[in-house]
Amino acid sequence: MSDESANQGIPDPEGHSEVIETDYEIGQDNVEGTFGPFGFDVHNPVFLISGLTIVAFVFYALALPEQAGAFFGWLRPALTSTFDWFFLLAANFFVLFCLFLIVSPWGSIKIGGAEAVPDYGYPGWFAMLFAAGMGIGLMFFGVLEPVYHMAISEPLGVPSPIAEDGSIIEANVDAARRAGLAATIYHWGLHPWAIYAVVALALALFTYNKGLPLTIRSAFYPILGERVWGWWGHVIDILAVFATLFGLATSLGFGAQQANAGLEHVFGIPNNVTVQIVLITVITAVALGSVLRGLDGGVKLLSEINMIVAALLLFFVFFAAGPGGIMSYFVEGLSTYARDIFSLSNPIAREDLGYMQGWTAFYWAWWISWSPFVGMFIARVSRGRSVREFVVCVLIIPSLVCVLWMAVFGGAAIEQVLSDPAASAVKAQVIDSYNPPMSLFAMLEGLPLASITSVIAIVLVIVFFVTSSDSGSLVIDTITAGGKIDAPVPQRVFWCTFEGAVAIVLLIGGGLGALQAMVISTGLPFTIVLLLLCWAIVKGLMAEKNPG
Amino acid sequence: MFKRIMAPVDLAHLDKLERALNVVADEAKRHGASVAYVSVTAATPGPLGHNPEEFRARLEEFAAEQARKHDIKADAHMIVSHDPTTDIDDALMQAVSDTKADLVVMASHKPGLAEYFWPSNGGKISAHSSASVFVVRDN
Repeated sequence: MSDESANQGIPDPEGHSEVIETDYEIGQDNVEGTFGPFGFDVHNPVFLISGLTIVAFVFYALALPEQAGAFFGWLRPALTSTFDWFFLLAANFFVLFCLFLIVSPWGSIKIGGAEAVPDYGYPGWFAMLFAAGMGIGLMFFGVLEPVYHMAISEPLGVPSPIAEDGSIIEANVDAARRAGLAATIYHWGLHPWAIYAVVALALALFTYNKGLPLTIRSAFYPILGERVWGWWGHVIDILAVFATLFGLATSLGFGAQQANAGLEHVFGIPNNVTVQIVLITVITAVALGSVLRGLDGGVKLLSEINMIVAALLLFFVFFAAGPGGIMSYFVEGLSTYARDIFSLSNPIAREDLGYMQGWTAFYWAWWISWSPFVGMFIARVSRGRSVREFVVCVLIIPSLVCVLWMAVFGGAAIEQVLSDPAASAVKAQVIDSYNPPMSLFAMLEGLPLASITSVIAIVLVIVFFVTSSDSGSLVIDTITAGGKIDAPVPQRVFWCTFEGAVAIVLLIGGGLGALQAMVISTGLPFTIVLLLLCWAIVKGLMAEKNPG
Repeated sequence: MFKRIMAPVDLAHLDKLERALNVVADEAKRHGASVAYVSVTAATPGPLGHNPEEFRARLEEFAAEQARKHDIKADAHMIVSHDPTTDIDDALMQAVSDTKADLVVMASHKPGLAEYFWPSNGGKISAHSSASVFVVRDN
């Protein structure tokens, strides 16, 4: 006999699902032991090779900064302009694939078995999806992109309403305003979330329904078979660790620079490397506290706090900028997005190459390079949802929230630029000179209580980084422990600290830009990987009998 | 003196538990107490099972085997946790009340430097639980 208590709201698991029979035992390649007083339990060789490769690349960027900068500075735009069609078509395919899953009969299959009940309620789940998935980008691009696309990039050839001399061309205003918003929403709407949904669904399915370890290689089982436990799988996992750690470390480095720009603007704190190192240390320390408190006590809690503060800022801007005007931006943005999504996502015979290659293809590569990390984190917290519910909640709802966010922040900023161009700080920071980190603060300056909201914005930037950093550390720890999520605590401390250390070293030595370009370059091979994952998902779902 | 003994076990490291398991059996026989073998797992697949159901089957088998071997009354109590590494202490505290145990017998390694940063599970339970706690050190 047995009785079972559901710890922290996890009900009785299970019901029917099709476990894949394999001879592989989870943890069979792991090495357990102690290092000084600290225990460890790591996958051999994924842990060691990932760690050493990361160190090697940091040395390369430090020792040969110019070569590294030149090479990756060339590689990234070369890839996004040569393979722009491939990125665009692949992303379209992911959206269609996800929409198909919603209406397909497989939609009723449950992640975790027919009777599985969700591990997390909606608020906590959404908070974690968002904080890991987009987070900081919304802060950074919420003002920048709508204004930039409206005034400069001319998506789909819609002409700018700002004349050379800075005056407003009234005839262009209406169309440009809509186009700017729609072109931004396109980058933050269905396409990125479809990319995340594909990776997350594949991992959730092969972990919770098929019984394979929670690590990237498991999703390749239908394609590679037992080879997935050998070097094929090692390489996949190492690549994922590599992209995740460098992605986190380089954006942490840049994020510290942005937060520093904000601090200089609000408090006059000097903008230099020392302040930025302090910022990285603080962010890493808070993230460390979060991973030590675990998924529920740390990561989830912090994500929720993060969402509440972000929502407060959103409401403030909404009301301060005039709810009526913002609502019409929301409606216009959404309707123009719905109308233009087909032409924006068509890679053939486009004339707005600056927008399509410089922004769209870049974004797609960027989202895809982040997808192993975000996908794996979403997979871990999504047990108990049906496939249909999962796709609706990971694709449609976050997209709508992003539309709202862009309409509020972008709408408020566009309004400021158009109503009084000469006095607009946004125009000065985005259009006249291109100063992205300042764009959000410039918009807040045009609203009441700027001194308070700017401080909230800085705090939010920092907390968004913490929520990426802590969930990223958990993901890397799990991958390098061969899919075991109960590896000793010092291991997650190691990865969290390592990430901060890499960021600091790159900040001091230079090389942030080069290595970030390198991470984004991994988007190309990962795109092929994601296409294969769609096939793996179909195979996995077909094998799943669904009595309900 | 004791009616119900809770014995937290890590099925992946049974070799380190031998002394503690013997103490559990001795105490159970001496007091005529029943034993709840408690173990924490994640919902993700692990070395001990593809899902919590398989894990529970293993734990039940283990409890039955202990009951046979030592001629005691025993059952299994599984706890599913989102993040076992950090939640284990709270989960075990909860299990003390769920199993209505009045004695906890658990193995613990010798304290060392690491205990200054992360107290051992035994230490945490004995500090906060209302049940009596018997911490069995390894050799």
